[in-house]
Parts: sequence; C-alpha cells; structure tokens
Amino acid sequence: MQDILGELETRRERARRGGGEKRVEAQHAKGKLTARERIEVLLDEGSFEEYDMFVEHRCNDFGMDEQRIPGDGVITGYGTVNGKPVFVFSQDFTVFGGSLSETHAEKICKIMEQAMKVGAPVVGINDSGGARIQEGVASLGGYADVFQLNVMASGVIPQISMIMGPCAGGAVYSPAMTDFIFMVKDSSYMFVTGPDVVKTVTHETVTHEELGGAVTHTSKSGVADLAFENDVEALLELRDFLSYLPPSNRDEVPERPTEDPADRDDHSLDTLVPGSPNKPYDMKELIEKVVDEGEFFELQPNYAGNIIIGFARMEGRTVGIVANQPMVLAGCLDIASSIKAARFVRYCDCFNIPILTFVDVPGFLPGTSQEFGGIIKHGAKLLFAFGQATVPKVTVITRKAYGGAYDVMSSKHLRGDVNYAWPSAEIAVMGPKGAVEIIFRKDADDPEKIEELTEEYRKKFANPFVAASRGFLDDVIMPHGTRRRICRALHMLRRKKVEEPWKKHDNLPL
Amino acid sequence: MFEKVLIANRGEIACRIIRTCRRMGIASVAVYSEADSDALHVRMADEAVLIGLAAASESYLQAERIIEAAKSTGAQAIHPGFGFLSENAEFVKAVKASGLVFIGPPADAIAAMGDKIQSKKLAEKADVNTVPGYIGDISDAETAVSIAADVGYPVMIKASAGGGGKGMRIARNEQEVRDGFGSARNEAKSSFGDDRIFIERYVEQPRHIEIQVLADGKSPPVYLHERECSIQRRHQKVIEEAPSPFLDEKTRQAMGEQACQLAAAVDYHSAGTVEFIVDKDKNFFFLEMNTRLQVEHPVTEMITGLDLVEWMIRIAAGQQLDFEQKDIKRNGWAIETRVYAEDPARNFLPSIGRLRRYQEPEKGRDVRIDSGVDEGSEITMFYDPMIAKLVTWGSDRRAAVTRMRAALDAFYIRGINHNINFLSAVMAHPRFRDGNITTNFIAEEFPEGFAGRALSDEEQLGLAAVAAFIEWRREGCHSMPISNGSERVVRIGQEEYPFSIERAEKGIRVTSEQGTLSVEGDWRPGWPLFTGQLDGSAITVQVDRRGPALVLTNDGCRVEALVLRSRVAELSRMIPEKAPPDLSRYLLSPMPGLLVSVKVEAGQLIKAGEELAVVEAMKMENVLRAVSDGTVSKIHAQPGESLSVDQAIIEFE
Repeated sequence: MQDILGELETRRERARRGGGEKRVEAQHAKGKLTARERIEVLLDEGSFEEYDMFVEHRCNDFGMDEQRIPGDGVITGYGTVNGKPVFVFSQDFTVFGGSLSETHAEKICKIMEQAMKVGAPVVGINDSGGARIQEGVASLGGYADVFQLNVMASGVIPQISMIMGPCAGGAVYSPAMTDFIFMVKDSSYMFVTGPDVVKTVTHETVTHEELGGAVTHTSKSGVADLAFENDVEALLELRDFLSYLPPSNRDEVPERPTEDPADRDDHSLDTLVPGSPNKPYDMKELIEKVVDEGEFFELQPNYAGNIIIGFARMEGRTVGIVANQPMVLAGCLDIASSIKAARFVRYCDCFNIPILTFVDVPGFLPGTSQEFGGIIKHGAKLLFAFGQATVPKVTVITRKAYGGAYDVMSSKHLRGDVNYAWPSAEIAVMGPKGAVEIIFRKDADDPEKIEELTEEYRKKFANPFVAASRGFLDDVIMPHGTRRRICRALHMLRRKKVEEPWKKHDNLPL
Repeated sequence: MFEKVLIANRGEIACRIIRTCRRMGIASVAVYSEADSDALHVRMADEAVLIGLAAASESYLQAERIIEAAKSTGAQAIHPGFGFLSENAEFVKAVKASGLVFIGPPADAIAAMGDKIQSKKLAEKADVNTVPGYIGDISDAETAVSIAADVGYPVMIKASAGGGGKGMRIARNEQEVRDGFGSARNEAKSSFGDDRIFIERYVEQPRHIEIQVLADGKSPPVYLHERECSIQRRHQKVIEEAPSPFLDEKTRQAMGEQACQLAAAVDYHSAGTVEFIVDKDKNFFFLEMNTRLQVEHPVTEMITGLDLVEWMIRIAAGQQLDFEQKDIKRNGWAIETRVYAEDPARNFLPSIGRLRRYQEPEKGRDVRIDSGVDEGSEITMFYDPMIAKLVTWGSDRRAAVTRMRAALDAFYIRGINHNINFLSAVMAHPRFRDGNITTNFIAEEFPEGFAGRALSDEEQLGLAAVAAFIEWRREGCHSMPISNGSERVVRIGQEEYPFSIERAEKGIRVTSEQGTLSVEGDWRPGWPLFTGQLDGSAITVQVDRRGPALVLTNDGCRVEALVLRSRVAELSRMIPEKAPPDLSRYLLSPMPGLLVSVKVEAGQLIKAGEELAVVEAMKMENVLRAVSDGTVSKIHAQPGESLSVDQAIIEFE
C-alpha cells in the first residue's frame, strides 16, 4: 500500500516540476512568476484544489510522443480569494511554451463549465506562445471550444483575464470576450499579428511592447483595463478587485462591514465646482469623498480619460460609477469614452450592480475624426446601455448637462430611478452663448445685445430648476449632503424589480 | 473703543485679526478679491466687501476702494495686517484724511523706516549698533572699491530700496566688488526703479534675531523680548522661535533697549519689530525696522501671554499700556513653522491648486494654528503661498520641539505640494535641536534640496510594525481577520521585516528577530491618520494607499510598505527590480505652468547651458537650459500648452 501511495506523490512531484528547473529559471529571469506561483499569490493560502494534474496531450506527430509533461501546460482548479470561491486556469510557459493543445483546452473548459454551474468567477492567467502547432486543427478546435464557453459564461459569471506573458494571434480572442483584462508592464503583450508580420505587410517597425504591451493597451487601444508593474502587484490588486464583484448573475452584490457613516457630510464639496463654467475640476475628488472610506477602484484610468469608470462601495455594497471628467476634453463624450462607459454599464447591469452616474458633460465632441469614426453609432451604445439597464440607477448632475449628452448620461428619461442635481447644475440644450447666437442670429453683429440676451438665457436656463419643474430631476441637493442622499436612494432601490417584454436579445448598435 | 474695524488683508492674518476683534466685541469687515469670494476670512467676518479682481494690484492694494469700503460699512478703523498696504505711508495718510483711524504706526515712522539708508542714519543717531558700512550714494565701481576697503571685507552690496534678496551681492575682494556693484545696480533699477546702492560689512555665521516693540506714544516704548528667525530659505523665514537659544540676558537687554531707543526716536506707536543681525560673538547690528505686525508674532504672544493685535487696536483707540517693561513675562518656549504650498524637492518652488484634503492637528493651549483656509480652499498664483502657521509652546525648547514634531505629523494636506516633511526634518535635525543655527542653515544642510528625511533602522522597523497593524485592522474590518500567530512580511524598499502577529488588548504585538513591538491605535479603513502607541510611545502616522502598498508619512519621512503573506514575500523576492526609466534623456517641466516657447528643434545640436524652453508659472518666466551637450530628437510639447509637473518637453538622443 505504501508503494501505491508513494506512486501518487511521485507523479504529483513530476507534475509540479513543470518544464524543469532551467525553464523555471528562464521564467524568473524574465521577471515572471511560474504558473503555480501565480496561483499561490492569487488564492488564499492552502486553498487551491487542483484538477487534471495528470492530463497529457494525445499528439504523436513531430516527436510529440516523446515529450509528455503531466498537466500539459496549464494548471487548473479552484480555490478561495478572501474566503470566496474562484476558479482559475494558469498557463505554464515552461511547458511547451504554454501552447494550447486539445487537452489543454479541455482542462480550461472543464473549470469554466463548473464555474458556471456553481456561480463563481473564472480567472484566466494567460502566458502562452499560442496554438500547439504540432496538433494542427485539433488545437484550433480547442481555442474555439474555449471561445464558445467565454460566450456562454458572459453575463453569467465574472470572467477576468490576466495577461502575464505572450498572448498572440487567435489566442487574444478569449481574453477579448472576458469582462476585464489586466496586464503586466514589460512582460506581457497581446496582438493579432506580431511585429515581424507587421513589418512584412505594412513596413512599420515596432517593438512587442509598443505594438501590444500593457501601456499600449491601457492608453492607446483601450483593450485592457489596467497595467501593473509586476506579477505580484497585479495579482494582489486582482484579489482586491474580486472583492467588488458578485460571484454570478444570480447573486446580489457583495456587502462588507464599514464604519463610514452613511450620513457623512463633506462641506468641501460645496466649493468643488468653480465659479467660472470654463474652469475644470477633478471629478475624482467628488467620487473619493462620496464613496465608502474613499476607496475607488478605477478601471481604464489612462484611456478615454474624459469619462471615469470603476467600482466603489456605498454602505458596504458595491456600486459601479460612471462620471464625466471635466479635466479631460472638458468632459465631452466621444467615441472612445462612449464605448468605454457603455461596456462598463452593461457589465454592471449583468451582475446586479447599481450604477451611480456623476454628470458634467458639455456635449459630444465635434469634428471630422469623430463623425468619420462613427460617433453616431458609438455614442448610441452608451445611450442604449443606460436605457437598457434595469439595475438601480442614481444620477447626480454637478454642472453641465447639455444637449443630447444630457439625455445619454442616465437621465430620468432613460429610466433613471433617482436623479439629483447640485444647485450649480445647468441643464439645457446648449451653453447660453451658443444658444443665443442661434436664436438671435440676426443680432450677431451687435455684441452688446448678444451679451444681454446671453445673460437672460443664463438666468432662465442655466440652472437646475427648469428641469426640476418638469420632474426631470427628483430634487436639487446640497453638494455636502451628496453621500447621504445617494445612500438613502440606493437603500430604497435595493428591492427594485423591473418586468421587461420578452425578447431573445437586443440589437445593440455595434 | 471702535465698534467696527475693517481688515485690509486676506488669508490667515485677516482671520487672526477677526478673531481678536470678535473677542473684544468689535464687529469686523473683510475685503476680498474675486478670487477670494469663498475664502475663509470672508465667511468669518461680520461683513465683507468685494474690492476688485484677483491680482493684488487690482484689489488688496487699491487704497481708495478699501477706504471706501470702510466708509460704506461704517467701520471706524482699518487694520492692514502685514504685506499689501501695511507699510505704505501714503495709505496711512489717506486713511487719516478720510476721517478713519489706521491701526498701526504713524505715517512718518513708516516713511522713515521704509528707506534702508535713512533708517540706518536714524538708528546711528539713536545709538543703535549698525553694521559698519557706507551710507550715501555710490556713483561708480571704483568708489565702491575704496569704500569696501574702509568697511573691511567681506562686504555686502545692497540695493537701497531692496528686499527679498534682490539687488544683493557679497564680495570678498576688489574684483568681486566691481562685478557685484554693476549687477546689483542693474537689478535694483529693474526691480525697484531705484538704482541707489550701499555697501556694508558682511556678517559671517549670521543669525537673524529681532525685537518686538510696543509703544502707545505716551509712555516709554517696551520690548516684548526677541524672536530668532534664522531658519530661512531664499531670504524668507520658515521657522521662528522665541526666545532665541543663542542670547544671554545681557545681550537681550541691550538689544531690547536699543530697539526701544529707535522706536522712541521716530515717535513710534503701535507694534513694531526691530531686526538685528547677530554674529558668532553675539555682536548685534541693526538691519531694519518693520513698522507693522510680523508674520511670526504668535511666538511672542505665546511666551508673553499678550495679544499684539488687541494692543494695536487699543493703542489706535487711544488707550495706554497698562504694564511696564518689568511686568513683561518670558514664559517657556514657542516655535512657529510656516506651512507653505511649495515643493522642497524642487528648490521650494511654489505649488498651486485645491486643498483636496486638509486636516489640521488638534488645537489646544500648547498648539496654535493660524490659517485662512479649510478643505477645498484654493491656493492661487495671485498671493503668498503660505497655507498656515503652526505654533507650539513648551516649558522649554525641547518640549516645544517635541510638540511641534507631533503636530506636524498630524497635519494632513493633499492636493498640492507642501513643506511639512521638510519642517519635520528641520525639527529632527541635530543642529537645529542643539540651537546651532545661522541664516545659512538650509543652504548648508540641504544643499541638494530636500527629498525626504532618511529613516534610522529603528524608525523603519517601527513604521513596518505600524504597517502590519494597519493591514491587520483592514483585513479584520473587511475580510478575514488575520489569525493569531500569523506570519506577515512587511517590505519597505528592499528591506523585509518578517513578523509574527499576535492580538493584544488594544492592538497587536509583532515579533521579529529584533524583538517584540506592541502597536495600539484606533485606526479604521479610510482614516488619513493613525494615532496610537508604538511600543508605549505616542505616534501619529499619515496613511495613504498606492495600489497594494501603504504609503506612510511620519516625522519627515515617507515610505511605501507592502504587507505580504510570507510565501508571497518569498515569491516577490524573485522579481528583479526594474530600472527606473532614464529621465536624463528628457527635459521635464519642473513645475506646472504654461509652455511659453521652445527654443530648439528636432535634430538640433545643443550645448550645455543653452536655453531650451521657457515655462511660465506663478507669473515668473523660468528658462530651462541644457545640462549637457547633445542632440534634440523630439519635441513633445508645443508652446501655449499647459504643462503638468514632470511632463516631457524635449527628448534628447
């Protein structure tokens, strides 16, 4: 019997060695942890239950029958993060370069299916050279099986992709369909075709990092949500991030105890909006002063900075925050910011996360690049997402809410549940000067008269009371009491239920 | 007594005067510029009058509008505070002419003391020690050289109308006199429109010690002892104290008596300050007389128990002093630190912006804070960047310093750069602790500027224990409590502190190879301050977060601490430190400002010292020059662009 038990230990030991000492050393030399080490950082100590340690590939071509390593380049299983179950797969670059074989894909599919059954998030740690070329179409089939499961799991359980090494070619489309992508600077990259192919086809010279590194994808393309300095930082922040997410669409948002009083006033908010309508201010200050303990987990901070998205908590419960940022492009909506916010709003709606919207928007960004780029359809995405969302929606207008952008930003008309404005709010078709120049076009040559009329327009419309008189706002509130008012609204909305007409699914303007 | 007083100033001094008015039952009127419409002094005053645009020349220097405001509100007197119109004799005359009372000295005294040459002549006449030197116009460089020989080297060449270090040169030989004379005269002309120059002995190892005088114009003037203000940067005071750790009783009395002689000589009344420079042998020489309330007056108030503003008001209302020289107390020790919006790491360049977070230390009998801001206030480019004055009192100097260090630790400001860590570092400096200071202290001890005080091993271990406590609290509040006896590693830079954590009555005990430390406190997630006990001694630590790391600030030091499970610490050791990006290849904007011009273009060869770009900030044009020879590879910012600090302007090959 001892021998039989010993055999298990020997086999486990073999699997744990992965690609061997040399390859592990090479992995560390690149500043990367191994697949197993990453799981150790992510999960609570001793909580990992591994599946399919003894799975090996089934390929006999090109000498592959001589090389079999148990586990086949991916470590899968489940464990806990802060006590809550999480499924995880972690590709092992030391084993066949982390390449995806048919069996490697099967292992991933197995935990994804189980995660959907039990309702728990899946974290995919990507570090793979790509398809197992020796297997040919079997490997491609494996990818497609994973893709299909990504689609099935979307909106059912949170899916998070950690890009911690190469992720190229078709492999990028699995992370692309997950909810969030986190990358590590200098050691990860994602692209459909690499620098060599780019050079051959378009004659552009570009490095891996420039083409698809963490900085590129978090500032230029918007593909990824966050970039981190190293593996440990990325995984520790992921642990924190997971604490905001409900484990599945069948669950309520997580709630954790807080000692931050719901009725905490903050009088410095009364001076946040500057006297001059053209002067910017930092909307993040409002967010940090309103949410629990000042903790705001921002996503995509360096991309489309004119809109802010991220998670925070109110009275211990997760909220999704969408806010215009007057510091960037005056807070205008444009293509990038509309897409960024629309996807986030839809995520929140999938997972029962209330949406808190702070509005200071002068309108849509004008220009040929915007029109040629399709701002009409892209702007419509955000409109669609807000209109479609049935989770509790609380909106606070701090300053400008002009034109169509007013409608878009979670207005009362888009089934906003509780819509407030600060006394500094200006809800109008456009700014007073522009409005007067159109209404009184014939007086355009008379600057004195224009100024007089502008002042009249300002007095009449550049305030929240016209909108409030129509019931488009539920109340005008003092800035210092914003947290108290939002907490009450969210508390009241906890039991919100909406019946929707039957449909197979919507047709979001893509 | 007056029923209503107008305060022709802003910021902390306006607030401070309003407080005394209120205590005396006098109604207060504030004046304000458009930039100050939400300011604290406006909210504190009983009435407030808008007097113009943001720029001081359009508001706080508008004598007529201020007098008009006083008349329209029915104020009977005007207190000028300091700065602005406080030492403007014409303003004093105008106030009088309009039938109002000026709370300050007579116009003639202000005029007499306002001119460096005239004031020195008056001082000599009043038997006040003056620095050996030549008073009178100096026509050319050769005359300057012969005068310098009479005065004795080293000499200082100064603009007669000067101040703030402008038009000032030190010369140690004939050639330096010739060079310095020309450039000082040019600078005097361009800065003050007055090119008169004088020469005097340059005092080595100088200390700045000043005497506070108070005169009611009837009885003989009295002196309220001295203040030492030697800790200066760019000729501006940063830290002041009373008494001076340097003076003996004899010198103090001699200085006080001479100060009173000078005050009497100009028929002074109200509060005034006679500034002296004191050399290493306690020889003292008259510098100038400030005919107004001084910024640093609170230290005098703390040791004498007198309210100088109250006495200024009472004297202006015709009351007489109800005490004599022998009645004036000198009780304990008081220190003032000036909290500025500035960046000590960048040669104390001013910083502007909103006080996003602003929390003052707890006030009390021994801790006084004079400030004119609260959370959300804006520090603008229009006015002095001083945020607050922090004053502590102790029975002796040591006690006052200890209290100051604790108060600075609890002063939490975010949103702009400030000098709190620098002030803490000075307080902790052995030379300062020993009182061994001169006006060159900052230049000598912080020649490269200030980038944070270095921690001792023991201090770092203490902060690591505090980090463990905070993480223990966080986890206890939020997720799963760290169980008794758990191991955690605190990483600060490359240093690791493996701790075993055990719960204690009011906190935790952490045990490492260096022994066991107890940490107690009532910190909760989201609180900016940890206040508690570290191994039995009180400690206050400012707590911020940056990603997974805790950022802890205490006693002039700032550290980033990661609290890791042991295995995670072991794994993170495998990750090589990344080399920081090579910023020497870039010309970075040293401050937030407007890019006025770029003088080079891509591909251009440049020489060290060559002008590269001009950045305007705080209304000052800053010329950025090449530090070494090289080639420009790329221009990253265009003229007209607003730059943030450290933004790349030019890239080199």
